[in-house]
Amino acid sequence: MRHVLSALVMNQPGVLAHISGMLASRAFNIESLAVGETDNPEFSRITFVVSGDDRVLDQVRKQLEKIVTVVKVIDYSNKDFVERDLMLIKVSTESRPRSEIKELCEIFRGKIVDVSSGHVMIEISGQESKINAFIELMRPFGILELVRTGRIALLRDDLAEDENV
Amino acid sequence: MAKATTKKAEKPVKTEKQAQLNGADILVEALIRQGAKSMFAYPGGASMPLHQALVKRRDRIRTVLPRHEQGGGFAAQGVSRSSDEIGLCMATSGPGATNLVTAIADAKMDSVPMIAITGQVPQKVIGTDAFQETPIVEICRAVTKHHYLITANDWARTEDVTEALKSIPRIVKEAYHIAKTGRPGPVLIDFPKNIQIATLDEEIDWDPPMHLPGYKPEKRTVPPEQIRQILAAIRRSKKPILYVGGGVINANAAEELTKFALKTGIPVTMTVMGLGAFPGDHPQSLHMLGMHGTVYSNYAINEADLLLAFGVRFDDRVTGKLEEFAVHGKIVHVDIDPSELHKNKEAHIPITADVKDVLVALNRELGDDDIPQIDEWKAQVAAWKERYPLTYRDAGEWILPQYAIDELWKQTKDRDTYISVGVGQHQMWAAQFYKFAKPKRWLSSSGLGTMGFGLPAAMGVQLAHPDSLVVDIDGDGSMLMNIQEFATLHCEKLPVKILLLNNQHLGMVVQWEDRFMEGSRAHTYLGPIDHPEWLGKGDGNIAEETYPNFVTIAQGFGLQAKHVRKKSEFPAALAEMLASPEPYLLDVITPYQEHVLPMIPGGGTVRDIIVE
Repeated sequence: MRHVLSALVMNQPGVLAHISGMLASRAFNIESLAVGETDNPEFSRITFVVSGDDRVLDQVRKQLEKIVTVVKVIDYSNKDFVERDLMLIKVSTESRPRSEIKELCEIFRGKIVDVSSGHVMIEISGQESKINAFIELMRPFGILELVRTGRIALLRDDLAEDENV
Repeated sequence: MAKATTKKAEKPVKTEKQAQLNGADILVEALIRQGAKSMFAYPGGASMPLHQALVKRRDRIRTVLPRHEQGGGFAAQGVSRSSDEIGLCMATSGPGATNLVTAIADAKMDSVPMIAITGQVPQKVIGTDAFQETPIVEICRAVTKHHYLITANDWARTEDVTEALKSIPRIVKEAYHIAKTGRPGPVLIDFPKNIQIATLDEEIDWDPPMHLPGYKPEKRTVPPEQIRQILAAIRRSKKPILYVGGGVINANAAEELTKFALKTGIPVTMTVMGLGAFPGDHPQSLHMLGMHGTVYSNYAINEADLLLAFGVRFDDRVTGKLEEFAVHGKIVHVDIDPSELHKNKEAHIPITADVKDVLVALNRELGDDDIPQIDEWKAQVAAWKERYPLTYRDAGEWILPQYAIDELWKQTKDRDTYISVGVGQHQMWAAQFYKFAKPKRWLSSSGLGTMGFGLPAAMGVQLAHPDSLVVDIDGDGSMLMNIQEFATLHCEKLPVKILLLNNQHLGMVVQWEDRFMEGSRAHTYLGPIDHPEWLGKGDGNIAEETYPNFVTIAQGFGLQAKHVRKKSEFPAALAEMLASPEPYLLDVITPYQEHVLPMIPGGGTVRDIIVE
């Protein structure tokens, strides 16, 4: 089972190192981790994708909450939330026409953000399954490089967020 | 104006001229204001200003110089484990700091509140591999409850330290709060030298508000329905057992636990960390459970239909094979740390709470109807106790370690005695044969299992309890690991007594070699390599000279010391040591052939228990 967890943490040096060290030393399997400052510069939000059964998830959540600089942990399982993954991908235009790529881009609501003689760079965001499908479609063209942010997520119902700080 | 002046005069603290105070003064002053009475500190380049600040205040805080930073760390634990004070230790940067790491990790494993302070290289050179620089906060993240690095916020302008200086009282206040509340643990404060020597010209707020939005250890009130659930489970049970651990000691709940146990008649078994939570010589005590626990406690927990697991963590040394541990029992698990619930074993009634609050509520709500009808169970437990007592053989004139501890207990049970131990066979025998009547009298590195813990821990206890009898029961392997602290005992006038059970071997490993590796000796003999015992080919003669000569060593450090080899001479030799006003080492030569029994091999079940 894969779960999405969101942690509100203090925006201080070493917090990310502490959290990733704890996850590694307790042998939790983290598939992705994305971090960024919130609207309040005192806090950052970290989104994790964790795989494991309910017991593993329960431990991850509790061990995270034990870290003094972790303010709150929310488990998004069974909740109504929006999740996104952002990708930049460089695709070769050597072997096939650029228009084919452009067409697929439009279908997937991606954006060509850089063009050179031999390749294009595309920005695309969405759910992980969509990103993965797009990667598969780009393979025949020749993927030169790609980078992904890892998943970020937010609850639709903002009430749960309000009670924290 | 006049009014304002009067007001100021009433609060001298607020008007204290701050100009003379540097960062080191502020830290030490803040510690004293939080209640610090003593500190174990070994100086060095990056912590000298702190020592200057300490020596200026020596009438308010006693600074003891250990002879190794690790010794200082364990001594600080000795203070914390035996009293309500929080032990403090300090070291310089680099090697001083890394030498503290084992003691910090040890405190984390056993939930011991402690504050460790390390000097650090000036902020400007942090990250440049400066002389004696180690990133101690990075190293210690996983083994502290929390950690601080005091720095100027702006790393481009490290000379601007005003805010850093003003933050020190808050950091110290938070460190105390975090160390002692919730599940206690060690806190590290890393303190760069440039901030230690910088002076503050502004007024300082000695009692600033804490800023810990992510730390909420406040006691949750125990919902009455959960108390009723526990009482219902007790009422229905036919074979209940109290399985109690260090959480009960930490929560200062031994008295409530004892009251509850006596009222309900439920037998009590304790983990190695829980010894002292219930009087060890009371008939209702099943004593320690687990790998080297009593047969009857392990039988009882295996048969029990209800486990009242209070302040325990279902450690592998207790449970053996998890899937088969206490399979018949419903589990009520109370712990202050929510991450312990369901971690190793699924609980039927999990409660995150201070175990003292739960026990107070249980004692209050417990009605006569709630007392379980368990006469049959009690008779069964008593029969097991009768059939498989904790015992040891008669070895003629040899002094068996079990006998030595038994005799120590007999000679000291009427005094307020504190016992610390190293790690190994002697530790388990002490746990088995010294019957602790009260909490916080037993100091053992139980979770981390650090050899060399006993002597420095005893130093800390003696400092916190100058008039009490403090005995370090040690093994010859463990003894050597912090033997330099003999100097601290002598120079700092700490009259610790050392009962050295000297069998010339690393006994616990020898025991495993004997049981599971056909007795093949692999670096477990502590004498010279040309001795036949080195290969396990000796004749077992223990009458010859031992190595090293601990008596000469102890005397060289200024301790009183004696050898004893004969059982007939032991009681008098022990009495002489216990009567001495000085630090004293009694080197007791014991046979290495003894095994700690009973024993459930690692990962085994109660069916695998070895009794002889």
